[in-house]
Amino acid sequence: MNWISNYVRPKLKSMLDRKDVPDNLWTTCGSCGVMINHRTMIRSMNVCPDCDHHMTISPRQRFDTLFDDRIYKLLEIESPKEDPLSFRDTKKYTDRLRSSQKVTEEKDAMLVAEGNIGKLKTIVAAQDFEFMAGSMGMYVGNAILAACERCLKIKAPLVLFATAGGARMQEGILSLMQMPRSTVGIKQLADAGLPYIVVLTNPTTGGVTASYAMLGDIHIAEPKALIGFAGPRVIEQTIKEKLPEGFQRSEYLLEKGMLDMVVHRKNMRETIMVLTRLLMKKPPAIRGEITFEKNSDQKQSSQTD
Amino acid sequence: MKHYLDFEKPIADLDVQISELMATPDFDKNEGLQASRKRLSDRVDKQLKEIYKKLTPWQKCQVARHPDRPHYKDYVNALFTECTLLAGDRNFSDDQAVLGYLARFDDRPVIVIGQEKGHDTKSRLVHNFGMARPEGYRKAIRLMEMADKFKMPIITVVDTPGAYPGLGAEERGQSEAIARTIEKSFEIGVPVISIIIGEGGSGGAVALATADRNLMLENAIYSVISPEGCASILWKNAEMMGSAANALKLTANDMKKFGVVDKVVSEPIGGAHRDPQQMYKSLRTALRSTLKEIGQKRPDTLRRDRIEKFKNMGNLEEKKPSKRRVKIL
Ligand SMILES: [Zn+2]
Repeated sequence: MNWISNYVRPKLKSMLDRKDVPDNLWTTCGSCGVMINHRTMIRSMNVCPDCDHHMTISPRQRFDTLFDDRIYKLLEIESPKEDPLSFRDTKKYTDRLRSSQKVTEEKDAMLVAEGNIGKLKTIVAAQDFEFMAGSMGMYVGNAILAACERCLKIKAPLVLFATAGGARMQEGILSLMQMPRSTVGIKQLADAGLPYIVVLTNPTTGGVTASYAMLGDIHIAEPKALIGFAGPRVIEQTIKEKLPEGFQRSEYLLEKGMLDMVVHRKNMRETIMVLTRLLMKKPPAIRGEITFEKNSDQKQSSQTD
Repeated sequence: MKHYLDFEKPIADLDVQISELMATPDFDKNEGLQASRKRLSDRVDKQLKEIYKKLTPWQKCQVARHPDRPHYKDYVNALFTECTLLAGDRNFSDDQAVLGYLARFDDRPVIVIGQEKGHDTKSRLVHNFGMARPEGYRKAIRLMEMADKFKMPIITVVDTPGAYPGLGAEERGQSEAIARTIEKSFEIGVPVISIIIGEGGSGGAVALATADRNLMLENAIYSVISPEGCASILWKNAEMMGSAANALKLTANDMKKFGVVDKVVSEPIGGAHRDPQQMYKSLRTALRSTLKEIGQKRPDTLRRDRIEKFKNMGNLEEKKPSKRRVKIL
């Protein structure tokens, strides 16, 4: 079965277990400015303990927060023809790709994982904002189609964590074509009666919102995420007015009817577990049998504090 | 008043000379004057041919946005009969940036949906420069459903700088409206033919261009972002739009190469705005043959082929010959 590219053992990928990470690694909260130790960051799933600001989280870290016992397999994604336009601005596109690959240690801006969430086989796709702002190009299109195909094959629900500035300009029209292309995948899930849950995270804008990110059966957003078609600066330039406080933020979209709910990252696993089990017509998850709260975190805190 | 782009300026003087000649009182009877006119016209054609042969991508962007270029409504009036405007999304308002018609093409009733930019200050404001709000896309969805119900082919006409980036548009779900339009395009069982006549601007364009067959006029453009927008983000300087237009590969020929467009429709010498009648004629021919090609296909076949087309979009590798399983007896 060659679609399994690697098998991630529990905690093996976790930063906590990496001996080479120094204790004095600190992150500044982008919202309140407090300094947060990296161990606290991991325990809080990159949410500021002081102000609840939801910071960027990598796909692998995200998977760790979702899957039972943190066990999941990554789906192999077919790599498209690289740099189809031979695009060059002030830098070559291939150089931008290389540097993003170096920083993230990933091939491109989306990872797809398969595992159990509350003992229910689930496919989770997550976009990587650190990789060229999560932008959607051919690779992301391939990842979405691969995720959908896998869902169809094993009859599993799809949960997609979206974050992107939009389409990847360096792939020109082919990035725009990922809007209809990804929609094809989502459409096939719908035809098969399989649930598709979208989680919009900060930020999700442009062609991504105008395609797969707005076609979910259920739309969840993390608190205060920026979600919209046009970016706020473009809108301000167009209407020549200052935008109201909270415009295009999750809570605002909820009020305007574009979302079903806003969910804190610490409650995401439980929310998804309940939704997927209901939609897949499975009996409720049993407390005690399935880890609901972040037990694993508590274990870790005793280890690290 | 005619508009001349910078690189069309050499033509402007000749055009003035021609109209002065033709305004001479005895022009109709004076063979000498008529011969001069002919000479001047030939010079214009020759120069235009030269200029248009080597247009840069940025110059093509300017032609695509040329104020004298025929717009959606001009094509509707020229190509269809019994054009009946259908208004509203049945929900919030009637978006004037997207106009829908029930009309006839040759003998066949069709639904026409397109973006109108307007041709002067007043009409541009009415049509919001061709920038649709969510209601425009929701009107398109409504008309697609109607076409599906009555088994009528859909012809979409794309000409937009992009979807409108406004406060109300965001509040009412611009992205959802575009996403649902694309989704709807995969559900309908009637032929969908899309024509990019000018500017195919980003998500606002692709919403109306998810079609069985994509046609594009020779000097039209299709892009994920405007060259100005791309230049200001990647070059941090909007003045670099020339370089951005080059890099983005947004011309009709590029689209053909990428397989995004099926047919490039030639424009008259000097672009569609120099001879709209000729332009309508060529487009009518192209539309007729395209409709002949797919107009009788069954709903399931259309849907299946459309899904395959977009699924494979961007697979630039040489198509591998499909592995045929030979049954050995
Ligand atoms: Zn904070």
